[in-house]
Amino acid sequence: MSTAAQQKSVYEQIGGEPAMAAAVEVFYRKVLSDERISHFFEDVDMERQAAKQKAFLTMVTGGPSSYSGKDMRAGHAHLVKRGLNDVHFDAVVEHLRSTLEELGVAAPLVAQVLAIAGGARADVLNR
Amino acid sequence: MSRVQVKHESKWYPLEPEESVLDGLLRQGVAVPNSCRAGACQSCLMRATSGDVPDAARVGLKDTLRTQGYFLACICKPVAGTRLEVSGADALRVPARIDSVASLSSSVLRVRLSTTAPLDYRAGQYVSLLREDGLARSYSLASLPREGLLELHVRRIPGGQMSGWLSEHARAGDAVSVQGPAGSCFYVPGRFEQPLLLAGTGTGLAPLYGIVRDALESGHTGPIWLFHGARTPEGLYLSEALRELASRHSGFNYRPSVLTGGSRDVAEGALDVLIRAECPKPAGFRAFLCGDSDLVLSLRKKLFLSGLSLKDLHADVFLPSTPRAEASGAR
Ligand SMILES: Cc1cc2nc3c(=O)[nH]c(=O)nc-3n(C[C@H](O)[C@H](O)[C@H](O)COP(=O)(O)OP(=O)(O)OC[C@H]3O[C@@H](n4cnc5c(N)ncnc54)[C@H](O)[C@@H]3O)c2cc1C
Ligand code: FES
Repeated sequence: MSTAAQQKSVYEQIGGEPAMAAAVEVFYRKVLSDERISHFFEDVDMERQAAKQKAFLTMVTGGPSSYSGKDMRAGHAHLVKRGLNDVHFDAVVEHLRSTLEELGVAAPLVAQVLAIAGGARADVLNR
Repeated sequence: MSRVQVKHESKWYPLEPEESVLDGLLRQGVAVPNSCRAGACQSCLMRATSGDVPDAARVGLKDTLRTQGYFLACICKPVAGTRLEVSGADALRVPARIDSVASLSSSVLRVRLSTTAPLDYRAGQYVSLLREDGLARSYSLASLPREGLLELHVRRIPGGQMSGWLSEHARAGDAVSVQGPAGSCFYVPGRFEQPLLLAGTGTGLAPLYGIVRDALESGHTGPIWLFHGARTPEGLYLSEALRELASRHSGFNYRPSVLTGGSRDVAEGALDVLIRAECPKPAGFRAFLCGDSDLVLSLRKKLFLSGLSLKDLHADVFLPSTPRAEASGAR
């Protein structure tokens, strides 16, 4: 615990929950308006989906999150059946990068977040 | 034996795997009011007196109801092995009487109700209306609390049980009851300069009519846009009252529209196109959307994409009732 406690998570460095709430709207808007991936979100409940996006952002920035690899697998299995692949995953990562950059997050922190997000690839794509 | 068991009025009822509490009870002959079967209307509200109910069965419920153990029976699928003791929501029902039923247009009724005690609600919220035999349907409130009588706008649905009864048989003085209020589509005073966008089709106007008057009476100063859509001009109603309201409040813009049969006073075209033309940059607005689900959900998404924040988007979807496949009775 001690090292983690000494080194602030990216989540805290960015500004914690309020920053996440702002980020999720920008991020989700980008994801929804990207026609490469928006069809995966056609029939979802927007509010619940936004809550999931927030949990995802919180997790990749090292904040307090209940998201686990197992949830990611189960949560995306039906999308993998519908053709979810690396192209889509890369698109989401790209939106994550531009969201963080737009919100003025420092480059080294952005790189850290993207590295964590990249680590979720196998779980999301059920490999 | 890891089935779910539900105890209601001192008798145990087993549920099939994946069966909701509502379906299981109805299947075994227990009468529970219900309508949408999708967690939207709150007419199937029940109370758990012991045993665990999944969080998902409480979405949209007020904290006061949650802490008392209330849940929505239609979306409640307890984990295997659960033993749950439940009771109905009679304690939440307020006795009421039909005060009047009148026509607002050829397809819309104005139903006024008086309750034995004042109902604590905000304009734009909805209630479940229960007939004496337990038939339940949700309706949005078009009235303001200070007006005393509750006002509902009910669309006549061909073959509709509740709307048919209201239009053909209900008489002033008939006893009914009201449960609620529910829903978060209402005006909260504050940020008085913020532009408001209200949009709905058909009787989706009911809550908007309440909200717009509530906002104006609360002293809202920002521009207010009300878009009311219908297929044909016959589907519009309250136009005169709204024009009159707009003539008294310069910040209030009333925009009726139809798909066919437009005129000098009524725009013609799809509602989202008209909204985009009149409010091209709605970022920063507060929006209220009510009515049929396709329109509400697609408008909500479009407004979000054009920059409205989720916390400023309030929507109530008027989900119709869905009968159980094997059910054919009155409920
Ligand atoms: C939160 C909420 C708020 C609501 N507010 C209002 C309101 O203010 N005013 C209002 O008029 N209604 C409102 N409704 C809808 C209302 O609750 C009933 O569903 C509606 O009045 C029909 O009931 P009924 O008993 O007359 O018809 P039912 O006997 O329930 O229906 C008869 C048949 O018509 C179908 N049907 C019902 N409604 C529709 C529809 N809109 N479009 C297509 N098919 C339909 C049913 O599925 C069924 O097959 C609201 C619903 C919800 C969930
Ligand atoms: S919320 Fe359960 S029937 Fe509508």
